[in-house]
Amino acid sequence: MARAVSTRRKIGFTALAWAVGLLIFFPILWTVLTSFKTEADAVAIPPKFLFTPTLDNYATVQSRSNYGLHFMNSVILSLGSTLLALVIAIPAAWAMAFQPGRRTKDLLMWMLSTKMMPAVGVLVPIYLIFRDFGLLDTRLGLMIVLTLINLPIVIWMLFTYFREIPGEILEAARMDGASLWREIVHVLAPMAVPGIASTMLLNIILAWNEAFWTLNLTTSKAAPLTAFIASYSSPEGLFYAKLSAASTLAIAPILVLGWFSQKQLVRGLTFGAVK
Amino acid sequence: MNRSTCGLALAGALAALAGSVSAETITVATVNNGDMIRMQGLMAEFNQAHPDITVEWVTLEENVLRQRVTTDIATGGGQYDVLTIGNYEVPIWGAQGWLLGLDDMGEDYDAADLLPAVADTLTVDGTLYAAPFYGEAAMVMYRTDLAEAAGVTISEAPTWAEIADAAEKMTDKDAEIYGICLRGKAGWGENMAFLTAMSHSMGGRSFDTEWVPQYDSPEWVETLTLYLDLMSNYGPPGASSNGFNESLALFQSGKCGMWIDATVAASFVTNPDDSSVADHVGFAKFPHKDGVDNTGNWLWSWNLAIPASSTKAEAAKTFVEWATSKEYLALVAEKEGIANVPPGTRTSLYENPEYLEDAPFAAMTLEAMTAADTQNPSVQEVPYTGGQWISIPEFQAIGTAVGQQFSAAVAGSASLDQAIASAQQLAKREMTRAGYPK
Repeated sequence: MARAVSTRRKIGFTALAWAVGLLIFFPILWTVLTSFKTEADAVAIPPKFLFTPTLDNYATVQSRSNYGLHFMNSVILSLGSTLLALVIAIPAAWAMAFQPGRRTKDLLMWMLSTKMMPAVGVLVPIYLIFRDFGLLDTRLGLMIVLTLINLPIVIWMLFTYFREIPGEILEAARMDGASLWREIVHVLAPMAVPGIASTMLLNIILAWNEAFWTLNLTTSKAAPLTAFIASYSSPEGLFYAKLSAASTLAIAPILVLGWFSQKQLVRGLTFGAVK
Repeated sequence: MNRSTCGLALAGALAALAGSVSAETITVATVNNGDMIRMQGLMAEFNQAHPDITVEWVTLEENVLRQRVTTDIATGGGQYDVLTIGNYEVPIWGAQGWLLGLDDMGEDYDAADLLPAVADTLTVDGTLYAAPFYGEAAMVMYRTDLAEAAGVTISEAPTWAEIADAAEKMTDKDAEIYGICLRGKAGWGENMAFLTAMSHSMGGRSFDTEWVPQYDSPEWVETLTLYLDLMSNYGPPGASSNGFNESLALFQSGKCGMWIDATVAASFVTNPDDSSVADHVGFAKFPHKDGVDNTGNWLWSWNLAIPASSTKAEAAKTFVEWATSKEYLALVAEKEGIANVPPGTRTSLYENPEYLEDAPFAAMTLEAMTAADTQNPSVQEVPYTGGQWISIPEFQAIGTAVGQQFSAAVAGSASLDQAIASAQQLAKREMTRAGYPK
């Protein structure tokens, strides 16, 4: 009897999990489906689930935009900003986890509070700084901004992972004569690989999807895929199918990356959650 | 390789180098709509005529573009050489000295051919600050078959009472046919564009001569009461989130009896490739209240302007001249068909019998555009110009905040009285904060 109840509960939970999963995935599925419709089918009322697929939207998007340039910009910006963030965040998180001061907690909270400020509030000063330093529409400028906006999250995540590592191991390395550099690179980093990897993946996703600064600080040369998508949105005229094709092309690489690294991501994000 | 071949190769290389050095690249910021995309497809013709100018396009969604170019022009960023901006921005930016004057466009340009109603909105103190690329007013588009079946006749210049009566008679909710589709989505360029024009056509005004908001005036109350009545009783479900595109999709799929919106929609709803009702569309002027000589004064144009911060003003001017010329209209007519030329900018287009024949909406579009008097938008005295917008920078913020209140009333999450009171309070606060009366 108890086993029957448990089986029923399992089936119930599985069904619920699938339903929630499908609900969350549905907008992406609908975007992909719409990308294969004609513009008339895309806005048909009631919505069409069965239709004759067409590749015209992809052909139009390819001919109208330089997808390759936007894609390369997205790759360079997300990878570059992630590496730069890690270079700054690993020593910072090490210091906070293993050599905490009296104000470490306050410092961590302060860093997080910078994420609470609306980005538009600092748009004009940053725009002026970029103008004066010739950083508008440059990959370097955007890389710096993306690094700075994601840095609090990267430090917080690494700090959480590092805290799980026993300080005695680092102490033992120190007693064996390891320098600070060797301690971080050869002892701490290998033990924190899952944490660093998941932080890196999350940061890549955040940088890839960032749309405020990437739209406001670029024109053509450094514009990533967010600008590519924005160019297909129109309040006057039906471009939904083309917009869906552009969106599908923009999210495909990050979806594939997420798919292949989901184990790593889940492991990293739940690291230390259950003891 | 002999000496003369070497010489020729060297000369060729030098010529190519010289060419690449003298070629100028201009960056054009634009919106994503059919006419702009068509222009991008015709760039080979421009390059042929002007091989020394390379055009780089930055296409963005309208609101993103507005925020992007506003930041750039206000800070003198100099990222763009040509901007696509509306006739709401042109007078404000022109007066600020942010745009270059375009009075010296060349003899062939024929600036006198520009539709006076449009050119007036782009002129500040006698200087033209932007060249119109396409223009639109607003009108009623209605289903002739449904009107006939319902025994309704919509006159060429209908009153709001006529429209309300027709909406009631054409509504058949069981068949999912709604008498009227209007903008309900909140935003200064969404529901507030429609409501501001509608209030003018009802004899109202948004501000009095002392810049005091008038959203709780009897004319606005009457406007909003009728609007809410139309939307709730004869409008489609979820009307509070409908903008231009949503209404277009509904009308094209046969769900709307009438749709009052921008004249540019006429070419979409009469295109049999996209519209299931293409053969049954009639047109009428934007409605007015019986006894009020005002049809809203909705007038919008997308224009090409050159920011004062551009370092390539001459090349930019050459491009603007080409894109807004009579020759460009002829080029589009030749390559894409005359019904696809950008409408609403030049008088000569509406004197072309071929265009009038191919575009059934052309005559009504011209009539709607010439009827729009943006210099005197209300029958009452007002301190502003405009029609569906008000010519002050604060209108974007006020329009959006007030539009949210009216959209909430359509959605049913606020009563009409609450919405009016909140709108008036919000507008007053914003105007006080901005230092009005100035």
